[in-house]
Amino acid sequence: MAKILKKEILAPNIKKIIVEAPEVAKKAQPGQFVILRIDEKGERIPLTIGDFDREKGTLTIVFQEVGKSTYHLGLLNEGDEILDFVGPLGKPSEIEKFGTVCCIGGGVGTPEIYPVARALKEVGNYVISIIGARNKELVIMEKEMREVSDELYITTDDGTYGMKGFVTDALKKILDSGKKIDRVIAVGPVMMMKAVSELTKNYNIKTIVSLNAMMLDGTGMCGICRVEIGGETKFACVDGPEFDGHLVNYDLLMARLRTYLEEEKLSLKLFKEKMGIQ
Amino acid sequence: MAIIPKKTPMREQPPKERIKNFNEVPLGYTPEEAINEAKRCLQCKKPPCVKGCPVEIDIPGFIEKIREGNFKEAIRILKDKNSLPAICGRVCPQEDQCEKECVLGKKYEPVGIGRLERFAADWEAEQGIMEIPKIEKSTGKKVAVVGSGPAGLTCASELAKMGHEVVIFEALHKPGGVLVYGIPEFRLPKIIVEREVNYIKALGVKIICNFVVGKTKTVDELLEEFDAVFVGTGAGLPWFMNIPGENYTGIYSANEYLIRVNLMKAYLFPEYDTPIVRGKNVAVIGGGNVAMDAARTALRLGAEKSMIIYRRSKNEMPARIEEIERAEEEGVIFHFLTLPVRYYADENGKVKEMECIRMELGEPDHSGRRKPIPIPNSNFKIPVDTVVVAIGQSPNPLIPQTTKGIEVGKHGNIIIDEKTGKTTKKGVFAGGDIATGAATVILAMGAGKVAARAIDEYIKTGIW
Repeated sequence: MAKILKKEILAPNIKKIIVEAPEVAKKAQPGQFVILRIDEKGERIPLTIGDFDREKGTLTIVFQEVGKSTYHLGLLNEGDEILDFVGPLGKPSEIEKFGTVCCIGGGVGTPEIYPVARALKEVGNYVISIIGARNKELVIMEKEMREVSDELYITTDDGTYGMKGFVTDALKKILDSGKKIDRVIAVGPVMMMKAVSELTKNYNIKTIVSLNAMMLDGTGMCGICRVEIGGETKFACVDGPEFDGHLVNYDLLMARLRTYLEEEKLSLKLFKEKMGIQ
Repeated sequence: MAIIPKKTPMREQPPKERIKNFNEVPLGYTPEEAINEAKRCLQCKKPPCVKGCPVEIDIPGFIEKIREGNFKEAIRILKDKNSLPAICGRVCPQEDQCEKECVLGKKYEPVGIGRLERFAADWEAEQGIMEIPKIEKSTGKKVAVVGSGPAGLTCASELAKMGHEVVIFEALHKPGGVLVYGIPEFRLPKIIVEREVNYIKALGVKIICNFVVGKTKTVDELLEEFDAVFVGTGAGLPWFMNIPGENYTGIYSANEYLIRVNLMKAYLFPEYDTPIVRGKNVAVIGGGNVAMDAARTALRLGAEKSMIIYRRSKNEMPARIEEIERAEEEGVIFHFLTLPVRYYADENGKVKEMECIRMELGEPDHSGRRKPIPIPNSNFKIPVDTVVVAIGQSPNPLIPQTTKGIEVGKHGNIIIDEKTGKTTKKGVFAGGDIATGAATVILAMGAGKVAARAIDEYIKTGIW
């Protein structure tokens, strides 16, 4: 059981919860994830750790409501308990002094890149961050990201805030300005990570991405999270979730994420009907 | 009294009916049937059956009590040596153990020891009673058990009876390990696992779920709080064949397929949230018990065709004969001497066809079974929409990777001294599939028991 201590709405359908989980918080490191199950009939879903406070014994999780489980999670309130909450899982991000690093967060990838950017900054990197969203309303954690970045760029698809375009447009601009970047870390939608990796490949910059594969147990048992990295099969839960972006088979990842599209739609439809959500 | 050559038959759900539900297949003995079967036991003075039992149950003793109609005493004798009788009565390969040694079995069918064990355990549950054995005075010693599968549960219960404080750490959200995530409901109802887990709890064992040792805490950290650690984390890493197209959607590891159905109850989707692909043409790769479980599960999920694809012939299949027979009765189609070599997908990346090659048997290999050899140019295709890869698994690497001083063998198994379960790290014991590679429930239980005795001695004397 993990109690929700605080809940905040960051943007339409994007919510932040602070959860009491002292043992997970004690061990959590940037880049890792938890698996939770809301109730007895619930599914197990992986969610990246947004932040952690070892002293208070809390974890921050930011999530977007896309399917039944995340909508359900969004309906929980402060004081409610999540039935099962396990972690920290996966390998932590590589935190070293690389020189100049570019941290890219797209959508709910932003809260996930935040602790990574902070840790990279703490060990002495020059941190350039780019956060992207569809529109102004969906730009989240700007203040926090600014605090841990030497430079921060914001892009929106429709140009309602920051630069109009995608995170790759901002990244290309930075690269073409002649700035030397030693490493890129990108977290966000698969399409975004794919586009970032394609771009940085031309510039020969090591790029790390965090793969949001489906998971069940999260400890290497089931193999649903298998991804292809340089033609080799890896399990995102134990070998990742972070991998070399230039080696990822993104098309396979996207196809695998669509396995249960119909079931997910049905599940969400039934839940919305039951709860009276539009 | 004349010897009755055959076992008292057990009633079961007819194949046509049972493939439409997930309820248990064999229905158990009535008291009369159990007494009749118990009467077949010769009550040998030196019973060879006991030697065949990895947990040394007093088999003639409990059978005699059933014969007398004293079921309460029968279950007491069983539980003296075995904390999970309802489970063992169902999933032990008795034909290779106790029943293999039965004197009656030399000429006739052996005594149905497993069936009688199941009867006694189910009888106790029906009475709504749960007798707790004598628990020794508290020793003040603490033992951590990692994993709540058959090895961990047995080790924990033995240690608890000896008066030690025991905490089990389980990574999943429900205790039971393979008993809850792996073995299907129709072979081992989950309510039975729950009941036996409750019995272990009643012995004073504390079970903490959602705790991944190696991640949430390491073994070294546990050693700061506990006097000893037992590792029973099982064989958790599924093998794939590494053939082209194996990552297309619709291709599952047996672990994933069975976890979805058993642990997450995907067969009840959308009432339960976890979905599963309900394939029409299902191919299960492999010839073990897990493959049989997957093929029979596929039928219950509505498959029109559920096929076993096995590279050797029927004689070499590692599955229990009983499981193969049940699969055959239910209409599972067997493709022997067949090896998948490649998968083909539709435009969405979903598997639609499997290319196989025919095999023939050559000389015996290291396992003593005749080695399958591909026949050149014998390739052919089978249309499939779901594939379950059930070719085995390796020991879970999480603990060896995160613990200094635990040596592993070349297959990733933790190296132990078989007589004690001691690993190469002081204070750490191991047993079950993590040490042996994938084996059976009862062997894991036997290993848990052996380790419990050695742990008891170690924490009392401090001598490693």
